[in-house]
Amino acid sequence: MGVSATLPPFQGFLDANRDAVWRFLLASVGREEADDCFQETFIAALRAYPRLRADSNLRAWVLTIAHNKALDAHRARARRAVPVSEPDAGAEGPGHPPARDDVLWTAVNGLPARQRSAVVLRFVADLPHRDIAAAIGCSEEAARRSLHEGLAKLRKVVPA
Amino acid sequence: MSSVSDGSRESMRQRLRRVDPARRQASVEAAAAAARLAERAAAEGLADIAYTQLDSPLGRLMVAGTSSGLVRLAFPEEQPDSVLERLATRISPRIVHSATRLEPVRRQLEEYFTGRRRRFEVPLDWSLIGPFGWRVLSATAAIPYGGVLSYSEVAGVAGSPRGSRATGNALGANPIPIVIPCHRVLRSGGALGGYAGGLERKRWLLELEGALAPSQQRRA
Repeated sequence: MGVSATLPPFQGFLDANRDAVWRFLLASVGREEADDCFQETFIAALRAYPRLRADSNLRAWVLTIAHNKALDAHRARARRAVPVSEPDAGAEGPGHPPARDDVLWTAVNGLPARQRSAVVLRFVADLPHRDIAAAIGCSEEAARRSLHEGLAKLRKVVPA
Repeated sequence: MSSVSDGSRESMRQRLRRVDPARRQASVEAAAAAARLAERAAAEGLADIAYTQLDSPLGRLMVAGTSSGLVRLAFPEEQPDSVLERLATRISPRIVHSATRLEPVRRQLEEYFTGRRRRFEVPLDWSLIGPFGWRVLSATAAIPYGGVLSYSEVAGVAGSPRGSRATGNALGANPIPIVIPCHRVLRSGGALGGYAGGLERKRWLLELEGALAPSQQRRA
């Protein structure tokens, strides 16, 4: 990016990142809360947008916000003391068939926050390790480690 | 990308990707969520600029407005993306698509194009217009439907009697054509002069307004 880089119009940024954010949220907080988190994520992004440096990694930045909104949603859910093993990404809704692998996604939902985000960012949002690190606020090496630990845990708890 | 290649881990990766609950419908849902977000941002004033595109007899127009009013109208030859990029640089990058916010503009343009409206009643945002442009375009905005002025007459009203070339430049840079009717400014002899949107459009607008007799022959 050149020094003269300017921020793209917000709509372009929204269009370029909405799929990644939506997938991330769908997989990390579930269908019921995905839209609320999505709206909150991009409203927060819109408020902060003009202060952003033009050469920022915009995708990692917005996924950081989404990651934090997802953490908030998980905390709020924990406070409401919903029983374990709630349906997550595969939650049924009008017109939406349940995901085919509920066991796996329930297990993903049960991972520690950083591992869960790393797994979801990697396999749902298709982010490279560098962007995962930026999104969850750690080093690339730590992101890689969280990802591998998360995968290891999933292999242990999810029947093949 | 990864050094990991043992079978069980690889299959977990594949399984995570395969059952991704989002993939099938994700794009459709994400687009709908993004559209809700954009409309909400425009309605609640969180965005500084809202825009939409609309079909017209002169091609697909882009219109953009701020909280002050209509700030930009662009013909399709100006690429929509570059129009938005320039708005981002000059006013604010907080730009979202909202058909709702621009609905009054769309309706009035439609009425105008079908001959049911002779003057626009939408507030204008003049922030893309400099001091000299302001004088020229204010004078232009006062030309009534069906009327025309010459470049030198507009220059006179704008207080720049010798500056008809500068006046022409200011008219050519009109960020809100049609609504600020720079098509109503002609050469002194009645020749069309110039038009940033192309002379065919200028002729079409003048014929619509009855300032120019409908003519079969293209100009000499």
